Amino acid sequence: MSGEERKFTQIRNGGAIPLESLPPWSVPDFISQLGGSLGNGLRVVSYFGTPGAKAGETWLYAVLALDAENKLFAGRTLVTEGGFPSLAVDYPQIQLFEREIAEQFGLVPSGHPWLKPVRYRRSWNGADAWNRPAGAEILPGAGNFFRVEGEEVHEVAVGPVHAGIIEPGHFRFQCHGENVMFLEIALGYQHRGVEEAMLGGPDKRTLHFAETLSGDSTIAHATVYSHLVESLTKTKKNARAQVINGVLLELERLANHTGDIGALAGDAAYLPASSFCGRIRGDFLNMTALVCGSRFGRGAVKPGGVGFDIDEAMRAELLRRLDAAEKDVVNAVNLVWDEQSVVARFEKTGTLTREMALELGVVGPAARAAGLSRDVRYDQPLGIYRMVHVPVSTYDTGDVFARAYVRWMEIRRSVEFIRDQLHSLPEGFRTALPGSIAKHSFAVALVEGWRGEVCHAAVTDGSGTFARYKVVDPSFHNWPALAYVLRGQEISDFPLCNKSFNLSYCGHDL
Amino acid sequence: MIKALMARLYQKYRTIPFPKGRPPALPERFRGLPSVKINMCADGCKTCIEICPTGAILQNHGLQIDLGKCLFCRDCEEACPSGAIRYGNDYRLAVRRREDLTLYAGREELKLAEEFDKRMKSILGRSLQLRQVSAGGCGACEADVNVLNTVGWDLGRFGIQFVASPRHADGILVTGPVTKNMELALRKTYEAVPSPKIIIAVGACAISGGPYIGREEVSDGMIADIPVDLFIPGCPPHPLTTLDGLLRLTGKIRERAKR
Repeated sequence: MSGEERKFTQIRNGGAIPLESLPPWSVPDFISQLGGSLGNGLRVVSYFGTPGAKAGETWLYAVLALDAENKLFAGRTLVTEGGFPSLAVDYPQIQLFEREIAEQFGLVPSGHPWLKPVRYRRSWNGADAWNRPAGAEILPGAGNFFRVEGEEVHEVAVGPVHAGIIEPGHFRFQCHGENVMFLEIALGYQHRGVEEAMLGGPDKRTLHFAETLSGDSTIAHATVYSHLVESLTKTKKNARAQVINGVLLELERLANHTGDIGALAGDAAYLPASSFCGRIRGDFLNMTALVCGSRFGRGAVKPGGVGFDIDEAMRAELLRRLDAAEKDVVNAVNLVWDEQSVVARFEKTGTLTREMALELGVVGPAARAAGLSRDVRYDQPLGIYRMVHVPVSTYDTGDVFARAYVRWMEIRRSVEFIRDQLHSLPEGFRTALPGSIAKHSFAVALVEGWRGEVCHAAVTDGSGTFARYKVVDPSFHNWPALAYVLRGQEISDFPLCNKSFNLSYCGHDL
Repeated sequence: MIKALMARLYQKYRTIPFPKGRPPALPERFRGLPSVKINMCADGCKTCIEICPTGAILQNHGLQIDLGKCLFCRDCEEACPSGAIRYGNDYRLAVRRREDLTLYAGREELKLAEEFDKRMKSILGRSLQLRQVSAGGCGACEADVNVLNTVGWDLGRFGIQFVASPRHADGILVTGPVTKNMELALRKTYEAVPSPKIIIAVGACAISGGPYIGREEVSDGMIADIPVDLFIPGCPPHPLTTLDGLLRLTGKIRERAKR
């Protein structure tokens, strides 16, 4: 069989290729290649539908990573009727992607064990995988939840509006006393239709959509978007702009990791570290604001360069503030590791084993805390990370402690990175103006945001605009892992587990 | 324990003296209240109107800027051929009425938020408990509201707190463009808050839809039939802008501070 020989096409992170260099597969061959690849240790980076030329036709695109060999692969197939075979039972990492395809394009992944909507919205093409009547209202969170039956079993429903200042989502716990047997998470409340809004772009709003995909990852999403546009327009970001971009991305990591460790301490009722970290997080945000005027990095990164240069005085000021914030954060976070009762609260809580992390396709600090050496900066480096390697920080216990400790190791690495880069800023600030977008092309870009792998993929049409823009926030990979680790925990462990993942709702809901 | 005490000494007292003392320094590149010098506009030039991602700039007997739609992104400032638009560093942007967010020739300054009327002040002036509802917010507005609870800002010293139930709340602080999928939850939260209640819209999204203005999945900000008492523009507003707005509303800042 010649199908044995054929493989998905190898592509490059931050590379654009003409669509014809992605030869279509037949649906059965595509699914068997996809399943075979996942069985051979590749993982799903992105898997999505795109409208075909004729009504009722849908292209399916898969992007896979082979991290051990630093390779990316892509393949596509045209589905002309009804559905496609599901791989979710054998490869749970793909289950949410298949549900998304079902919701957006009305294709049924046959054999999917839990085919529910992802965001509770109408499909793009009018087809409906659940045969809901065309005019009927779709309410978020509607439908059956996984239930455990029994006399002493009770159900706890939380959300969409939560007790704190946080985005909305619905959590349904199946409990026996304090013990959680099962948690199902229903999202979609934040759905703003960003992917739909990207169609026909890039235009004057596109960067702003990218920046608000998930506000705490403004730099990460703007960086991926910029890489994508740069690859489609053959624009080169100049060396100094690449360094500044890297500095901003690591500042974003510093702010969020510091805030997360503080919030974890707060959830273990250890207020000193929580208060100090809450403030120091602000110091990092204010360093970003020093560079670009916005604490979240709005306007800082754009296709072809960065919005702002760092002059000599600012460089010195950043280095001074970095030293001060480093001292403060070392002092504050060491309190956590020195406090036995806090460490004991973190240990063996919400454990995600290496095997489950692999099976669920987890990314970011949550994956590294489970012992997986998985980091886009190392596996698929792009931009400044092609020149400067940031060592991958891993831990092996997979519990709340590990997720906190990996963040801590990464804080140390990011501080080093920023300091080194600010000391060796290349000359010549320049922003290139991207030209026209390549027609009939396919491009993928990946960046390691603080939460994990951020992936954007684009398919362009005959007039050089986006015919499809697919966003995968790391939260999309990781939400099922949060639900999974709650099994067998006490319900009071939920805030701690939740914070240890700290996932984005709008990044998932798009 | 001794380590925690030593750390407490090392980390020092960090709460900002504002509003009694000076506000914290803002970065030079901070984008606050914009100014438009209409006499500098070239005849027939529409560059800023065309480049604005949210349609915040209009031509209506001269240029108008609607800060309720403005993302403070500087696209207009960069594109303007004559340098007529400049973002300044005035962080005070909160107003009580939607129309007060529009700047035009003859109104270069905002009519900043006035305090509650006497009755509301007697009820809520010394203790304001808020419920936060994110309705499609990207997390940036939420984070920079949340930061007001950290030791640096210490919102609690003004009697303003965020509570875990609408039944305990005096009002709602809304962020996000109000997605269709959050409309019902927002409405139910609003109805669950006992009267009299106040509504605060934080960020371009909650005021107008922000970058998502006109998209069918959102309702262009706060639901039309729920009255808003305080508008705090920005994308996201700086914590100082939000704090200033809350303190003006509760009568803890009255005068127009000098520039």
